[in-house]
Amino acid sequence: MSLELKNVEKKIGAETHIYSTNLKFEKNTINILLGSTLSGKTTLMQIMAGLDKPTSGEIWFNEKNVTGVAVQKRNVSMVYQQFINYPNFTVFDNIASPLKITGISSDEIKKKVGEVSELLKISGMLNKKPHELSGGQQQRTALARALVKDSGLILLDEPLANLDFKLREELREELPKLFENRDCIVVYATTEPSDALLIGGNAATLEEGRVVQYGKTIDVYNKPINLVSARVFSDPPINISDVKKNGDTFSLSQDSVKWKSKGAGLKDGNYKVGIRPHNITTYKEGINNVEIKGKVLISELSGSESLIHFRNSNMNWVSLSNGTHQMNVGQEAKLYMNVDEFMYFDQNNNLINHV
Amino acid sequence: MSKITLNNLSHSYLETQNSDSDWALRDINLDWQDGGAYALLGPSGCGKTTLLNIISGLLNPTKGKVLFDDKDITTQTPVERNIAQIFQFPVIYDTMTVYENLAFPLRNRGMTDVEIDGRVKEIAEMLELTKTLNKRASGLTADGKQKISLGRGLVRSNVNVIMFDEPLTVIDPHLKWVLRSKLKELHQKINRTMIYVTHDQTEALTFADKVVVMHEGQVVQTGTPVELFEKPKHTFVGHFIGSPGMNILPCQIQNGTASIDGIEISTISQIKKSDFSKTEIGIRPEFVSFDKKGIPAKVLKVSNTGRHKIIDTECNSGKIKVLSHSSKEIPSGSVFLSFDKKYTYAYGDSWIIE
Repeated sequence: MSLELKNVEKKIGAETHIYSTNLKFEKNTINILLGSTLSGKTTLMQIMAGLDKPTSGEIWFNEKNVTGVAVQKRNVSMVYQQFINYPNFTVFDNIASPLKITGISSDEIKKKVGEVSELLKISGMLNKKPHELSGGQQQRTALARALVKDSGLILLDEPLANLDFKLREELREELPKLFENRDCIVVYATTEPSDALLIGGNAATLEEGRVVQYGKTIDVYNKPINLVSARVFSDPPINISDVKKNGDTFSLSQDSVKWKSKGAGLKDGNYKVGIRPHNITTYKEGINNVEIKGKVLISELSGSESLIHFRNSNMNWVSLSNGTHQMNVGQEAKLYMNVDEFMYFDQNNNLINHV
Repeated sequence: MSKITLNNLSHSYLETQNSDSDWALRDINLDWQDGGAYALLGPSGCGKTTLLNIISGLLNPTKGKVLFDDKDITTQTPVERNIAQIFQFPVIYDTMTVYENLAFPLRNRGMTDVEIDGRVKEIAEMLELTKTLNKRASGLTADGKQKISLGRGLVRSNVNVIMFDEPLTVIDPHLKWVLRSKLKELHQKINRTMIYVTHDQTEALTFADKVVVMHEGQVVQTGTPVELFEKPKHTFVGHFIGSPGMNILPCQIQNGTASIDGIEISTISQIKKSDFSKTEIGIRPEFVSFDKKGIPAKVLKVSNTGRHKIIDTECNSGKIKVLSHSSKEIPSGSVFLSFDKKYTYAYGDSWIIE
């Protein structure tokens, strides 16, 4: 089983929504489409589902060309950001609805709905109507409906975006388990890098209708091929600054912050450095550190971590430390950067691998 | 500005009450100091909006009193209470200029043009609205409009309290920190009593000096961000604050010591009584580590978030999450877990045992 997009392109009028895309998803994998709003995630999913046709290119499913085959004739399930259920159906009938049109016996339907509602922890709500449920339970119902028939392709379009923080945490944890031992390909669209990392699997970073990079999720995160991929895969946003290399010393262009690096083989000159917020901390981390000072713009506390925004060299920086570090707006802060975790990019914004 | 006191406050939307769940608010006692920055934090349905409406005078409590500077104002109307309130969505006059929008609350109270001009310009400066003062409000972005709403709330210098009800909901996620920074700075400058209502832990902990956590109509803890993280007084606080939240495990208590799966657990709690219907141990994933001895558990799953590893383990009494540095090697299969005593608490019927 596989899903393959071959040179898929989508234009609406003169505007290109999806640039020529090649992707291949294998059986029993979760594939994440990671990108901001309007990056093309939903359009790609609609093309995969058969809800929309590509302007050019082909979609192959199980080694068969399914380009132009309507969604009704494809074995596909989809879950959206909005909790979509039939308001006047009970939870049971909502989940059972895709089975009823297949003509299987009511005993069989009962058994399948029972199993999937157990899995999604809503078996106690089967006689309720959607409006009697919390947001989390409504989305669980929609997920159960997607899982109850044995779809070969399950598409999830930002399914957790409308949930409160704690509900999102809970459901995100359960999601990968739901797809274990099922013969299907899962595609999961999200704007959140942390969702992608916690779900794992494979990930494609997207920007403005282009797939920038595709690979194992953790690999894409650790080795973004360019600045675009690094930006898409960083929340809080990655700090990017111009740097100058001179001998074995790097320095921030407008500041006196300097550090030594293993940059052997790299020519002297101008580069860009990408520093993820968690590599700038109020305490020293790793073996090689460099100090950076700045004026605090705000310290945001999330409970277990603190985001300190500060200003240095005409640039706003974001740092992320474990623990609660309250700082006043305007205060001078001293932080440490973990030099070994820096990523360097050339003038074309491509990652320099060997530094 | 005022000190605010809530005295044995309870509220029910029902005519008669038979059980705890019939109450939207139960026995709230709070003392808010003059000039403090406070947050009311809790999930939807916890009673925080009910409480806000009682303070602003939109709702009469079933029981209890509201006092401003020790004076009972429970029966006063919202106008008499002299408060400012900022809502989720911008409340502004689209056809007026930014200047007129900010001046409006002052004109209504009969201030002179000279007085008004001084106040409006001062507030506009703080909110970086000076350049847009002569523009029509209708042309501004959502965060620009919400800034005017904030300005209208802040422009009156004599209000007793300024209340914010989820004020950053409409703001683009990437811009939220800018307005959070502004609010923080404003509080540092004008030092008025402010109450900020939200379900978002980051919002509450960032804004407030003291956070009031609500759960099912009760206040479960009032504390600083550090206190809520390091010493949750109720298992709900442990769960709600922090990501992932606190591990809560059933435990046995005998002769003043707690145990899980027959293994004694040292806690920081002084356990003097044991007649609870439910006893639990709470330990945050940050303070659990792999050890040579301790609670036997099985590693179920390791998730790498890039900066941490979150390890799901399971012992006989339930699941335990462990948080570790992303570069650390994680053992697989059968392991032993130990808890940092300093952050291990015993809970009786969900409340901390001290």
